[in-house]
Amino acid sequence: MRKHHPSPAASQDSPAYDPRQAPINGKLGPDEKIQLYRDMVRIRRFEERCLRSYQQGRIGGFLHLYTGQESVVVGANSVLSRHDHMITAYRDHGHALAVGMGMNELMAELYGKYTGCSKGKGGSMHFFDPTRNYWGGHGIVGGQVPLGTGLAFAIKYKGIKGASLTFMGDGAVNQGTVHEACNIAALWSLPVVFIIENNGYSMGTSQERSSAGGSLARRAAAYAMAWDVAENGHDVYEVRDKVDRALRRAHDESLPTVLEIDTYRYRGHSVSDPDTTYRDKKEIEEYKRTKDPIMVFQNALIAEGVLSDAQIRTIDEAARREAETSANYAEQSPYPTVEDIKKDVYWEEDNPQDKKSQGRIFFDE
Amino acid sequence: MPVITYREALNQAMAEELERDPSVVLMGEEVGQFHGAYKVSEGLLARFGPKRVIDTPISEAGFIGLGIGAAMLGLRPVMELMFWSFYSVAFDQIFNNAANIRYMSGGLINCPIVIRGPANGGTNVGATHSHTPEAIAAYHPGIKVVVPSTAYDAKGLLKSAIRDNDPVMFMENTILYNDKGEIPEGEYLVPLGQAALRREGRDISIIGHGRPIQMALKAAAMLEEKHNIKAEVLDLRSIRPLDEEAILATVRKTNRVLIVEENKPFCGIGAQLTYLIQDKGFDHLDAPVKRLTSMDAPAIYSKPLEEQQIPNPQRIFDAALAVLK
Ligand SMILES: Cc1ncc(C[n+]2csc(CCOP(=O)(O)OP(=O)(O)O)c2C)c(N)n1
Ligand SMILES: [Mg+2]
Repeated sequence: MRKHHPSPAASQDSPAYDPRQAPINGKLGPDEKIQLYRDMVRIRRFEERCLRSYQQGRIGGFLHLYTGQESVVVGANSVLSRHDHMITAYRDHGHALAVGMGMNELMAELYGKYTGCSKGKGGSMHFFDPTRNYWGGHGIVGGQVPLGTGLAFAIKYKGIKGASLTFMGDGAVNQGTVHEACNIAALWSLPVVFIIENNGYSMGTSQERSSAGGSLARRAAAYAMAWDVAENGHDVYEVRDKVDRALRRAHDESLPTVLEIDTYRYRGHSVSDPDTTYRDKKEIEEYKRTKDPIMVFQNALIAEGVLSDAQIRTIDEAARREAETSANYAEQSPYPTVEDIKKDVYWEEDNPQDKKSQGRIFFDE
Repeated sequence: MPVITYREALNQAMAEELERDPSVVLMGEEVGQFHGAYKVSEGLLARFGPKRVIDTPISEAGFIGLGIGAAMLGLRPVMELMFWSFYSVAFDQIFNNAANIRYMSGGLINCPIVIRGPANGGTNVGATHSHTPEAIAAYHPGIKVVVPSTAYDAKGLLKSAIRDNDPVMFMENTILYNDKGEIPEGEYLVPLGQAALRREGRDISIIGHGRPIQMALKAAAMLEEKHNIKAEVLDLRSIRPLDEEAILATVRKTNRVLIVEENKPFCGIGAQLTYLIQDKGFDHLDAPVKRLTSMDAPAIYSKPLEEQQIPNPQRIFDAALAVLK
């Protein structure tokens, strides 16, 4: 399903590469490690609860679950600093939780309730929290990539030491927007890290059926941009190290990077995809058995003596409870009103005291 | 007469045209191995093979443009947009290239392409996936726009669209895909530019296209039941070319008009029809023409609110009463 090009990545790893030894990981204390573990478990339990609500008919529309990919966003988010920003596509629940959005506001959004993070206006694909430097949540494949590049432009323009983490899927790399954005990012030396979450499939299409040329990240070479591949994207340590290196390139040299992170999604593309035409169930089972990011990290932390069975249980139970509570919260929250449909369209209409324009702006009866 | 779904009707139209004309090819995201995101192309890859039924990468500007180029050289590509909402990624290809190539070449080049897929809201998926671009598409001279509301029309219109020598934007509706309807045995075509009278009446004309027609029929039944008002319902089927005569005929008959559409109001189809009706049917109007559109805001995600934002039978019923007041 996935193809990497034999030619070496820009930051070449020696065969003895061990992300555990990377400085960014060496300095992690036990509490921080447990926090990483907890963040992954919370995403998984939240997604499972969403699925249940969908099956109960409480959530409709599209629902793209992040289950299986937790190490990517948790690892990436954990190395960010205050002036770094994040943007992604429609598979955005994990990113939202990782940056610190609450399960209640996310679940309420999925239920289409007014207490949701976008007041029930955005839905599953469109979560945002600018106060946490999280710029969405975008439904159009590839559409967020120029925006992420624009975040980087604004960061640089303002003279801030920060970067934009611009996530996309392996299918998105074939959109023109991605190439246009890459060229500009390289041309203008923008502090952006393009992260390709390569889960092997774009909907029902494997990488080899959609993308010419093998390695996706290597396309960056055409723009003389640094690129790298995290082949063990299920290993949160490796994700942290590779994102951190790209981030430093952005912070210290104001240079972009394309970082491809291998990962895997457990569920169908969205919950309405029966997942029967394009991959073998065995492939999923094999990944879960050998590379499940939560299991792998759990084992690592047990081996390191950081995590006990009791803690594992406590963390899991707390995450389940939190997700359950969020479903109750969503259930009990009110819907927006018909009047709300017309709010949040124009800044001026929502701020009449500062309105300068004249003339009619809405054209209902 | 066979009863089939709207989805099957589209599938049959494509299969028959693939069978009939070797220059027809079907392309789009997930149309082959996955049978289409909404299963409209189910079985076509197996039947016609990968030369004729082609899965594309997620590159709308690239593959729609490629289809236009292939059409210039004589193929008849049927291009699926998984959602019409993604047309904006390919906007330049459709509206600069497909729309203008015949004109700019002084008639030397034709562009017999069909771009098809669902274009509707009402599915609880939020603003990026709920666009209804028929007015935007029809704005462009050189482009044709077709919107079937029944299985019968889905098949007959799609076959005509594929045989048409101009670029045809064919806009379906995910909510109609499972709707069943009768079709004749054997081949038939529905010409572009011919409206269909769905219900006869004398008191008011409700004019629209696509799924709102099904809602208008419900509203018409309510009007008759509750107020003994006989509403006529005219389904445009085709936006450009537009069946002006059918529109004016119903206006002359009922003298009152409500236009229903899922589009937003500004420069919507209703704006165009209202101009036409006041221009050519002024003497036959007993009341101002009214229209019912989606509320003028991006599509809200929240399901119960979205049902209020787009037309629904109750809103059409209320709007019709307002015309008759
Ligand atoms: C412009 C556009 N085209 C098509 C789609 C429909 N679509 C949504 S997700 C998707 C697959 C994307 O795959 P990938 O980029 O690998 O991301 P993943 O779903 O694996 O996270 C497709 C075809 C869309 N939302 N936007
Ligand atoms: Mg993918």
